[in-house]
Amino acid sequence: MIIIIFFLSSGVFLGWSLGANDAANIFGTAVATKMIRFRTAAILSGVFVIIGAVISGAGASSTLGELGAVNKLAGAFIVALSAAVTVLWMTKAGLPVSTSQAIVGAIIGWNFFSHTPTDLTSLSKITGSWVFSPILSAIIAFIFFHLVKRIIENSRIHLMRLDAYTRIGLIVVGIFGAYSLGANNIGNVMGVFINSSPFKDITVPGLFRFSSIQQLFLVGGIAIAFGVFTYSKRVMITVGSGIFKLSPVTAFVVVLASSVTLFVFASQRLQNILISLNLPAFPLVPISSSQAVVGAVMGISLAKGVKGMNFRKLGHIAIGWIATPVASAVLSYIALFFMQNVFMQDVFG
Amino acid sequence: MRNFFNNKSRALECDIDGYLDRVTTAGLIFNEGVKAYVTGKRDKFENKYKDITALESETDNVRRDIKHDLYSYMLIPESRGDVLGILETLDDIVDVCEKVLEKFSIETPKIHGFMKDDFLELADLSSKAVEEVVNGARAFFREIAMVSNYVNKVQFYEHEADDIEEQLKRKIFSSSEIEDFSHKIQLGYFAEKIAAVSDVSERVCERLSVYAIKRRI
Repeated sequence: MIIIIFFLSSGVFLGWSLGANDAANIFGTAVATKMIRFRTAAILSGVFVIIGAVISGAGASSTLGELGAVNKLAGAFIVALSAAVTVLWMTKAGLPVSTSQAIVGAIIGWNFFSHTPTDLTSLSKITGSWVFSPILSAIIAFIFFHLVKRIIENSRIHLMRLDAYTRIGLIVVGIFGAYSLGANNIGNVMGVFINSSPFKDITVPGLFRFSSIQQLFLVGGIAIAFGVFTYSKRVMITVGSGIFKLSPVTAFVVVLASSVTLFVFASQRLQNILISLNLPAFPLVPISSSQAVVGAVMGISLAKGVKGMNFRKLGHIAIGWIATPVASAVLSYIALFFMQNVFMQDVFG
Repeated sequence: MRNFFNNKSRALECDIDGYLDRVTTAGLIFNEGVKAYVTGKRDKFENKYKDITALESETDNVRRDIKHDLYSYMLIPESRGDVLGILETLDDIVDVCEKVLEKFSIETPKIHGFMKDDFLELADLSSKAVEEVVNGARAFFREIAMVSNYVNKVQFYEHEADDIEEQLKRKIFSSSEIEDFSHKIQLGYFAEKIAAVSDVSERVCERLSVYAIKRRI
């Protein structure tokens, strides 16, 4: 049991760092502009991240499973730890980093180490989504921005009521964003443990079935929520007041657009509906919430007709697509070597 | 939750609308008061002076209530400072209007026939500036795109008032009808004070323009 807890700890650590960093994308502006108290934001995001992870986390996780089925607990521990260390190291170095990109690199590192061929279809699906997600987020933000602007200008809502509506709106999209973040990103945190899950299905006949994967996601969700509570306040204030400086209404559009983007890349139900309508469906892939936010902010800049786009920021994102997985893959490969040859643990089966 | 927010914001909306109505009324009373004084209707003037004194303390109370609600209900954390800034500078308009009528009531300056029209026109322009600045403030709360339209109008009236003020002062100081230099100084001072109402209106407009830019999404 202690060994199981120890091996899961790297996933929990990764979850904690995801909660600490990414919840700020959802509630950052609202908290920094004091539209919502941090406690309210933390409770809402914690609860809905867990709900999103347990209910809707399977889709994006299974794509990671297709990329590389890490089948030993010790191997999964190293893969998650490598991703977590990469995230931590790149964050400390001030480089843009995404948990999604780190875990993919770490899985590829495991594939190399275990001589498992990397499924190129999954890999292209994943990397394609990384490029497409900020663009989609920008498009959604562009459309929503015009829509919201038109509504505000034509409805002549009093400033006081607009403020009250904005606050409700920020809470509602924040809840949706937390749910989508949990659904989309839980795979990053717990996906690698699926094939070696130590949990057993719990079934109460006629009432409910709580699968081992859902139990795993619950643990990951709690880790993310813990990260939100313990460390995200500072990040929220930095994100909310330092980098973007959005008005509350613009923040609402940014959170809405990035949450919709996270949602469409996580929802199996939406995928089934699109497929049944013979429409192109979105692949279920963990994407970066930070990059979705950057995309949304760019979409709004375009809608406002701001000249001189911040190409440096776009360049940073593109560097992240390559640098993060490569760093994480190398680290994962080396760490797996040590785990196998120094600590004598089976890292693949 | 919707009702919870709506009730609070609706009550504040009503308070703010009521406050703006009072500022408009202050401008109108001011105009009527000056008109009554200049045309020699002293009883009517004293009534207007009483009215504006009562209105001034009423606006102070309403503003205090709004301030309390804005902060205690934590509405508009981002821009409540701006809202209060507007309300407080609008309050300056009411104060100046009251002070001018008070000075007339205390000092009872003699208004000669040749300067009556200019005094009336000056009070009229200042009153129009007050009316438009209140319209601008209403636009700030409901239709931000219209703010600049009202700001332009206020600037126009303020400019016109400046011209009349200068013209009136020149007439006063070059007049042979007024013998005492101290009387000329006093009348010049009254011309300045009446025009000051439009100056304060313009100052509110400057704030309104900046806040309107900030509010644009």
